[in-house]
Amino acid sequence: MLFKYLSAKNEDIPPGSAAIFFGFSAIFWFVVGTGLGSFNAAKLAFPDFVTGTELFAFGHMRQVHVLAVIVGWISMAFAMTMMYMTPALGNTRMWSEKLGLWTALLWNVGLSSALLSLWIGITSGREYSDFAWPFDLVILLGVIAPLCVNVIMTIAHRRTQGIYITNWFFGACTFMVGIVLLVGNSPEYFHLTGLSEAYLTWWNAHNLLGLWITPVAAAIAYYTIPKLTGNPLYSHRIGHMHFWSIVVFYSTPASHHLMSSPLPEWLKSFASVEGVLILIPAVAFVANILLTMKGKWSMFVENIEIKFSVTGVFLAIPLNMQGGFQQTRSINWFIHGTGWIVAHAHLALLGMSTFLEIAAVYFGLQQMLKRKLYSLALANFHYWFVLIGFCTYWISMTIAGLIQGAGKIYEVPYIDVVIAEHPYMIARWVGGTMVFTGNLVWLYNMWMTARVGTLVPDGRYAHELAYER
Amino acid sequence: MAFKEYRLGAAMVGGALGLSMTITIFMPSFDLRSAVSTKMALEKQLSAGFDIGFGYADPLLLGINRPITVDLETDPKTGAKLDPPVRAYVYKAGVPMPPNIRHPHDLGKGVQDLSESQGQISTVSGSNHSKGSQEGVVFTLALGEFNGEELTYIENASVTKGWTPDATLAAAGDKNTHLISKGKTEFVVQGCWWCHTLLPEQTQDWQAFGAPPYLGDFNGENPTAFGSDRKAPDILHVASRNSSREWMMMHFFNPRLVQVNSIMPRFDYLWGDKDAQGNTIDFDKWRAEYKEYSEGKRTYPPEVPDYAPDSEIRALIDWVLSLK
Repeated sequence: MLFKYLSAKNEDIPPGSAAIFFGFSAIFWFVVGTGLGSFNAAKLAFPDFVTGTELFAFGHMRQVHVLAVIVGWISMAFAMTMMYMTPALGNTRMWSEKLGLWTALLWNVGLSSALLSLWIGITSGREYSDFAWPFDLVILLGVIAPLCVNVIMTIAHRRTQGIYITNWFFGACTFMVGIVLLVGNSPEYFHLTGLSEAYLTWWNAHNLLGLWITPVAAAIAYYTIPKLTGNPLYSHRIGHMHFWSIVVFYSTPASHHLMSSPLPEWLKSFASVEGVLILIPAVAFVANILLTMKGKWSMFVENIEIKFSVTGVFLAIPLNMQGGFQQTRSINWFIHGTGWIVAHAHLALLGMSTFLEIAAVYFGLQQMLKRKLYSLALANFHYWFVLIGFCTYWISMTIAGLIQGAGKIYEVPYIDVVIAEHPYMIARWVGGTMVFTGNLVWLYNMWMTARVGTLVPDGRYAHELAYER
Repeated sequence: MAFKEYRLGAAMVGGALGLSMTITIFMPSFDLRSAVSTKMALEKQLSAGFDIGFGYADPLLLGINRPITVDLETDPKTGAKLDPPVRAYVYKAGVPMPPNIRHPHDLGKGVQDLSESQGQISTVSGSNHSKGSQEGVVFTLALGEFNGEELTYIENASVTKGWTPDATLAAAGDKNTHLISKGKTEFVVQGCWWCHTLLPEQTQDWQAFGAPPYLGDFNGENPTAFGSDRKAPDILHVASRNSSREWMMMHFFNPRLVQVNSIMPRFDYLWGDKDAQGNTIDFDKWRAEYKEYSEGKRTYPPEVPDYAPDSEIRALIDWVLSLK
């Protein structure tokens, strides 16, 4: 139904069309990504589950799960929020709603074909940049570049005087992630080899998290929390400290992912110190948001978007405490390469980041559709399934990682570690399946909102209306 | 648009990101470029060849247009006996050259000089990273001395000894042919590296999984595929611990045959349709018999079929057994 606007004149396209397209695409990819995650987890718990076929082998599906979640769910949810927050904060329209719609279409087509080719085994063999380089170029030039142009031009054509912190992040991060993808994939474009290839692989992976996923997720919270609570942001200045310390500190510690490789020692030490300094933006963000909540804590119980957002901010606390210290040499020695890291990665992507994005997608879709959420009960079901499922996953993988680390240090034969981890692998599968189930319910809930949700009168916000179901 | 804070801000973002990239990319590049290829790196580079990931020569990652590693017991040209056997790396016509033939600087000081002066690698005709040489080349490794230091270097045996690819393959025979490059392609495509890392760490790994790699052990390798999420033993030196082809066969066909608690997937699909004798492999029958065995109704598990010489599993086992 949105396809009819692809060839319409830009002025004739209703504002929010691109955000709606991106929003539903993001939820769809979230369902796909978590479904694949649940399937893969089942294979780790029960190795003979679906066996004997190449396409359904673990090694063919693991990377499809990772990239469906990162490029599909998380990045498209980011694009969705940019498509409605950036113009709202500039008191204007999107620079080009039409370009936004085309970006969403190309994103879906490009990602589907990239994931299919990855699934059948066409890969670069580089973690987090597994796509063959033609698909890397499609993502860089067909997806990130138009998104960046659209966001920055919208900010440039704003009708407000200052630039709010959220837009600082949106403008800078869409630009910086383009640079990261360009430089990070250079081993594929220019056939770099050896330790340079290994290092740039992790430079790319680190900065995708550091200059894209973490800061944009935080930028979203800077919008949703003040907007929904009606409180002004506690401190714009602390927000700026967050922004600048992200750019300076989070862009440098890439080599802490390769502490046991023969990279130069000065680089590893530098990365380790910079890695601890990530606590500065982290504390600034968490403190700023939680202080903004002052006097409105009842909304943490009553309002579904605040419930998701604040949970995401709470999850940022263990995330950053782990992230700051687990990459120092002494702790990294114990936990490197274990399930602890898997737990930490899911705490970042499925915990902190996803909870903030879910809130923004709930809020944004209601605003752009001008319809009240179909069912609060289903939304609460979604919240608890994602939260309990995630916690089950996170705690079980953390314990499994500590067992694995101890096995590594105390010279336990590897197979004994595999046996000890088995119960936690089952728990991981149960947790992942709960997240998947919750997301299916969410997709249904949002679909019903678009179809039969009560219309929000002009000039009102959806969260000002009472829930009906 | 009189308000200019965004201009200053944009310049500052550019400056900060530029500084960060200077420290994290430009400065380490001097350290990385000074790495001198070790013997391990040269062996890996010559046996794996050009980038394993997606490329023009092998877009679907089927393991085509890849070098072949052989152990020679007789000289392909003169027929003289070679004792000990010599390992040679055969690049047939059109097979892309290994990366450092095109960029010899990356071999590192000494190795580059010896490979060019003694090893004659600059004479590879039509050396192009994607098209390869027109007549094909055979490389070997040789020992030489540079500034009083003993170094291993690459020798272009097609020039120095007159070995042609076809004669070299014929002299070696299928028994001494190792499809290592195709095997590494399988390693990447089948996602082995999501569980088996290629990076032993400085702890008990040293004893259980062998020496951690040194600077210079990776020159010319792409992808390095270290792996990050170790759910299984590190395999950088696996063939030093276990070089039994029969064990590998059973373990790949169904890991529970040799290790009941293993969570490794079955890779029986890599056998293809036919076994070594050309008979169709009856997977359903095998699985039914294995089920009986695992339920205690049979004393012995069914026999693992011998793989065909052109099967994917042969290449994968060849690669695993090259990881000394």
